[in-house]
Amino acid sequence: MLQKRSRKFISLTIFSIIGLFWVYPFVIVVINSMKGKRGVFQNPLWFTKDFSLNNFKTAFQALDFAHSFFNSLIITLGSVALITVVSAAAAYAISRVKGPFSSIIYYICAGTMLIPFQSIMIPLLSLFGKVDFLNRTSLIIMNTGLSVSLSIILYYGAFQGVSKSLDEAAALDGAYPLKTFVFVIFPAVSPMTGTVIILNAMKIWNDYLLPSLVVNKDGMYTIPLKMYSFFGETNSEWQLALAGLVLSMIPIIVLFLLLQKQVMTSVTEGAIK
Amino acid sequence: MLIKKHQYWAFVLPALLFIILIIALPFLIGIYYSFTDSNGLNSSFIGLKNYQILFRDTIFLQSLWLTVKFSVVSVLLINLIGLAFALIVTSSDNRFNKALRTIFFMPNLIGGILLGFIWQFIFTSAFKALGGSLNLDFFNGWLSDPATGFWGIVILFVWQMSGYIMLIYVSFLNSIPQNTIQAARLDGAERWQILMFIKLPQLAPAFTISLFLTLANSFKLYEQNLALTNGGPYRSTEMISMYIYNTAFVNFQQGYAQAAGIILFFCVTLVSFLQLALSRRGER
Repeated sequence: MLQKRSRKFISLTIFSIIGLFWVYPFVIVVINSMKGKRGVFQNPLWFTKDFSLNNFKTAFQALDFAHSFFNSLIITLGSVALITVVSAAAAYAISRVKGPFSSIIYYICAGTMLIPFQSIMIPLLSLFGKVDFLNRTSLIIMNTGLSVSLSIILYYGAFQGVSKSLDEAAALDGAYPLKTFVFVIFPAVSPMTGTVIILNAMKIWNDYLLPSLVVNKDGMYTIPLKMYSFFGETNSEWQLALAGLVLSMIPIIVLFLLLQKQVMTSVTEGAIK
Repeated sequence: MLIKKHQYWAFVLPALLFIILIIALPFLIGIYYSFTDSNGLNSSFIGLKNYQILFRDTIFLQSLWLTVKFSVVSVLLINLIGLAFALIVTSSDNRFNKALRTIFFMPNLIGGILLGFIWQFIFTSAFKALGGSLNLDFFNGWLSDPATGFWGIVILFVWQMSGYIMLIYVSFLNSIPQNTIQAARLDGAERWQILMFIKLPQLAPAFTISLFLTLANSFKLYEQNLALTNGGPYRSTEMISMYIYNTAFVNFQQGYAQAAGIILFFCVTLVSFLQLALSRRGER
């Protein structure tokens, strides 16, 4: 008995150390964001005497945080809404009508998922650049195009699990396919809708490469874009850069802590299905 | 048939248009681009010349080789650590393990640019302080050396991805029926025997999924590379995605960069088919 308990104690200690080690990067970023320049230089590994929250004020202004937050939010919400509607509708049709078109569309989705973004970014940019259609709206459209394939495949699986007798019952009640879809079938797969929203929102919120190519106007910058340029301006003023990093991380960490369970299930589902 | 033909197309067409406009059309144009000497403004058809030059371009070959090396190393480490984490957090169902799961997963929430900057701080400032107080040279100048710079990106990526892969293993571990494990325990099986003969074989599909996911992600890695080392010193830590980006948008050799993009596509496709073949064989 004693041996079992001491073994448990040892493993608990080891696991705690691993856990602390794993969060430590976050911890020192937060610690050093609350220091002056000297404190970071003296001992970046832990707290020092000089403590101030002024860095956050400077970083907030330099990042134009309210504005960039708004841009990130609009782009993420717009893209996710469009992706959800468009891919759910398509997946519904191909899950209900079996035939050559449906399987072709399914294979197109599976096939386009193989194409890395880096293999299409040059022509994509020149295509949209030629008609001078860039920045926020264009970003929403590109995000949608890049995400519908995976979302259709996820939704397709979910709709397959919804019995067709539900469709038939709604049709007998006189509902059109659109009505059946909106009021009966779509609500029946809401867990999958949660997954699709979370997966895409995380990807789009954090994206840097695509926005860096598409956004070319002041006032359209998202948080990662602004953070990148702010970092370049702060060189050797780590406390400012770190305060900017903390600010940039707060929204997603807070949201994660609120929706933890849902986020982790979604991420797993997105990978396995 | 409940859905009529015109209704079917109304449901499907928007998605199809997005895929065609954003992925299929650019991809086809891209194949053509790779046969031209386009600089973004003018271009003329030069056949296979880009590909011929690419296979003699030492910077390209170096970045491709670096990407392969990076992928292999990080796939191994991420799956090893991810599996270890999964075994830790499923060892018993309590608050402590739930908190650990959250901690392990957390880096995965943060975008590559922010992660790169976090680790730039660690490798420059924190490592320097550590090296100073321990009087060890080991910790100095990690990002100004090609070898340690490479390992810096690996460490960052492992830190980011392990928690993600852990979740996949966890979901497969949880689907092992509890009474199988209890029965084995009653038969006197040791912990390591349960791990080797019951848990690991059940995890085979999780291995293929995780392997493919990490491989695909590491082939496409760009933002972490940019924010941590920006390819330096002297382009020695520049991976394939960054090579494509710099060639296209810094040097404006767009046709040439696109040829490299097509090669990247072939690499990723090859990996995916290997995975498909592997998992098919595993299922039989």
